[in-house]
Amino acid sequence: MATAETSPPPVSEEIKVIQDATCTFCGCVCDDIDLKVQGHKIIEAKRACVLGTAWFLGHEIEDRPMCLIRGQEASVAEGIERASQILTEAKYPLIYGMSDTTVESQRVAVGIGDWIGGLVDTTTSVCHGPSGMAFQGVGEVTCSLGEVRNRGDLIIFWGANPAESHPRHFTKYSLMPKGMFVPRGRKDRTCVVVDVRKTKSAKAADIFVQIKPRKDFEALWTLRALANGVDLDPEEVERETGQPFTVWTDLMDRMKAARFGVIFFGMGLTMTRGKHANTEALMALTRDMNKHTRFVCKANRGHGNVSGADNVVTWRTGYPFGVNLARGYPRFNPGEYTATDVLARKEADAAMIIAADPMANFSQPAREHLKSIPYIAFDPKETPTTRAAEVAFTVATYGINVPGTVYRMDDVPIPLRPAFDSPNPSDLSILNGIEKRVRELKAAEVN
Amino acid sequence: MAETFIIIPGRTSRQGAGISEGKFKQNYQDEITQLQVAPEDMQRLNLQPGDWVRVSSESGQIEVQIKPAKGGELPPGLLFIAYGDLSSRLMGADTHGSGMPTSKGFDVEMVALPDYKPTPAT
Ligand code: SF4
Repeated sequence: MATAETSPPPVSEEIKVIQDATCTFCGCVCDDIDLKVQGHKIIEAKRACVLGTAWFLGHEIEDRPMCLIRGQEASVAEGIERASQILTEAKYPLIYGMSDTTVESQRVAVGIGDWIGGLVDTTTSVCHGPSGMAFQGVGEVTCSLGEVRNRGDLIIFWGANPAESHPRHFTKYSLMPKGMFVPRGRKDRTCVVVDVRKTKSAKAADIFVQIKPRKDFEALWTLRALANGVDLDPEEVERETGQPFTVWTDLMDRMKAARFGVIFFGMGLTMTRGKHANTEALMALTRDMNKHTRFVCKANRGHGNVSGADNVVTWRTGYPFGVNLARGYPRFNPGEYTATDVLARKEADAAMIIAADPMANFSQPAREHLKSIPYIAFDPKETPTTRAAEVAFTVATYGINVPGTVYRMDDVPIPLRPAFDSPNPSDLSILNGIEKRVRELKAAEVN
Repeated sequence: MAETFIIIPGRTSRQGAGISEGKFKQNYQDEITQLQVAPEDMQRLNLQPGDWVRVSSESGQIEVQIKPAKGGELPPGLLFIAYGDLSSRLMGADTHGSGMPTSKGFDVEMVALPDYKPTPAT
């Protein structure tokens, strides 16, 4: 790994093979990819899906300065100095992103948040944050993907479309593998997709249940009622959910008859009206099902290390995202301390964005405010967020250039095996530099 | 005349691959700037693939080209757009105390723009 201080290593054009490299594009974190690498280019990514192939083969060392301050080329050391000034001078600084970097970098980023008394939030708040809230309410009966692979005989996807978002989910973990207790693989499993759209995943299912938009909560509570033997009015169920009552009773019969049922859920639940109430209903249903048989649920996490971000922020602060460290101890309150809210309400007066693109993904008021405050951005590529940053660092890519650890969507830590060195510094080396300088500046304030 | 629809922004594999190729490159830009409409709705509203429409929510509006949803993916009344700059423009800032704006399944109005000429990107 190149550091901020070293010059780029010479590039060998010999083809080398990296076995069992880890793809960090999505939460499946496939660690069985064989890469052929020539110089600064990956020319083959064996076993990678369409997204993984684009991740590896689309990886280029862009001809961009390692650091830009207000669009002007600067040294990394100057960038670290300016970034540290911005963060220490701010009254309500926000640190956001972090789901596309290693746990080692996440750890330092949270440390900086602590030193500056800022807010620490990750992209979880705009993906499975509501699931994190539901988890605190009802708990989560869950398992590793290895257990799903070896035991799962009824696999339900709810508001999730892995065929497009996690293309190897079916083949590596959930549907196709021949497992210890499902020796015939797909033939031993029943797949159900519940969604408002007939997605590509629906086409891979044995049973597709198309519900009315914004009626997940009602559909989940219908199943909860059936699991608990509560009488329901069939007409009302059909009117509310868009599916005949018999569809739900049939599904419940299958769920009770399963030996090991699994519900994978996606952002169809968390991003739709109801949000944490939807995921809470799903987790409660999973809990209810354990009166009848073994049942688990699992969020289909998107970014490669978003689960790592939850883990690191939790073991550093006690809370998974949306943490305010301004009083010197952590406080958690989604909606108050989460990134999109503090930006849209024009509260944050500086920000550090690590491997995320809020200038493309946030609401317009949040984007407009972010554009108006000084912020620091880290990304291997040019994005709308790096373009508007006061300090933009071009960093090496985790997993491809940078070693470290990431957490798969089932919270299993996976090591990275990088393909080649980048001439660009890792975000870890820059974050370490910022943390050191921030501590000096804070100490000077006290003295 | 404007009609009310429910819009679902979401991930597509082309949009996902486009992130890795580069957000300012053609593949990504093409994918995030096309609105999928149910063929039944297109027929009813006399819309052709490539026609421009204006989609407005409580929070913003976008002008976008349409294409028919394939393989029965969308029931009538539902629209789909890949996540990106345009989908985010329609999203409100209020997170209802959750940190998450309502980003899927919200109401929008769609109106055809027969004479619309997009301003060239600078
Ligand atoms: S499924 Fe996800 S982690 Fe696996 S190769 Fe595809 S993009 Fe990479």
